[in-house]
Amino acid sequence: MTTRTTADEVKPWGRQEMAARLARDIPEGWYVNLGLGLPTLIPDYIPQGREVVFHSENGVLGMGPVPPKDQVDTWLVNATKQNITLVKGASLFHHADSFGMIRGGHLDLCVLGAYEVAENGDIANWATSQNDAVPAVGGAMDLSAGSKRLWVLMEHTTKDGLPRIVSRCAYPLTASCVVKRVYTNLAVIDVTERGFEVLDMAPGVTLESLQSCTDAKLRMAG
Amino acid sequence: MIDKRVASIADAMAGVKDGSVVLLGGFGVVGQPQELLGGLIEQGARDLTIVSNNAGFGSPMLPKLFALGRVAKLICSFPRPTPPAFEELFKAGKIALELVPQGTIAERIRAAAVGVPAFYTPTAVGTRLAEGKEVREFDGRTYVMERALHADVALIQAWRADRWGNLTFRGTGRNFNPVMATAAKLTIVQTRHMVELGELDPESIVTPGIFVNRVVHVESPDPPPA
Repeated sequence: MTTRTTADEVKPWGRQEMAARLARDIPEGWYVNLGLGLPTLIPDYIPQGREVVFHSENGVLGMGPVPPKDQVDTWLVNATKQNITLVKGASLFHHADSFGMIRGGHLDLCVLGAYEVAENGDIANWATSQNDAVPAVGGAMDLSAGSKRLWVLMEHTTKDGLPRIVSRCAYPLTASCVVKRVYTNLAVIDVTERGFEVLDMAPGVTLESLQSCTDAKLRMAG
Repeated sequence: MIDKRVASIADAMAGVKDGSVVLLGGFGVVGQPQELLGGLIEQGARDLTIVSNNAGFGSPMLPKLFALGRVAKLICSFPRPTPPAFEELFKAGKIALELVPQGTIAERIRAAAVGVPAFYTPTAVGTRLAEGKEVREFDGRTYVMERALHADVALIQAWRADRWGNLTFRGTGRNFNPVMATAAKLTIVQTRHMVELGELDPESIVTPGIFVNRVVHVESPDPPPA
């Protein structure tokens, strides 16, 4: 049996496609910090020859891919404490300098996952309630408040289909008015002074269908 | 002759008082001075405030210190995964947790080191981690005031050290170690390699010896693969 693909059939982007879609928009020369989860897939999709420098909050510029098991240097880890490699030209520095780079606006881009993004650019990505068993924040607030631009890479809705692109965040905020763009499995959406503007949509997605699973008002860009 | 070397971990940890604020280097287990922590356990000081990025993830010694009931408070950015010993004490209200954004911990330590009592940061503005703190506007942007974080003791892991206490680090084992080494009244270092004075290239020394009080040579193992 064959499946017929019609122009109307919705084909959400998969996790790899989401990472690839975002990677396309990172120009040569940017210094980039990637958050945990989905964003860690992005380096695989930076075209060969395009020099983008990846920052790790624990004191690395020029973070390279995960090494083969027999070539691990256990003194090199990333923000999730996984072993990494250094590329040619990499540098190491201490935590106060690393977060100075972040807070001082020296990173061109930070890509984080999130629970919610609001139309004014608010992001909620560190706590799901007011009474987590043991709360943890790590570098999320520093990265959100400090990067030149913050892009969010996340699924468009929760597993239950509830909107994560909202008028106002319900979860505790990580930072206010900082998100510039959101990449989801359904669309690429800019955060502007006029609200959310849709730049691109996955195959078969229409503005109407997108609006139906989004809490905040959407409009096409341009 | 200036000689900051001490012969044993017990000598290194001598005199740490009850109620001390202790800066603990390391990011996860990498760069965390396990043997000095072991020495602190043996030494017996209690009612400690520990400043550490994590709550002992991957660390054999920090959860042990919690389990012994020796820590009154943890100042930390990411206490996850949470060691069971910490979670039990926390839920029972027997240990306090001050959750601080990672870069704010680092900058509060740097401020203490360089004689700056407080500073304004954009991090955490408008969030519940800024609740109750002074905020102020500069050039149209809002900032929150954070205080310097002074400490009694810093426990540091270096890669190479000499008898003056000059230090270098290895890989991402650097992390909080150099900044923590500058902010305590008593900075105690365990080093994998002890080298002769003059052997460290002055161009490459990360922590100048002025910040260091004691150095002990410990042939600690490499961090485990992760």
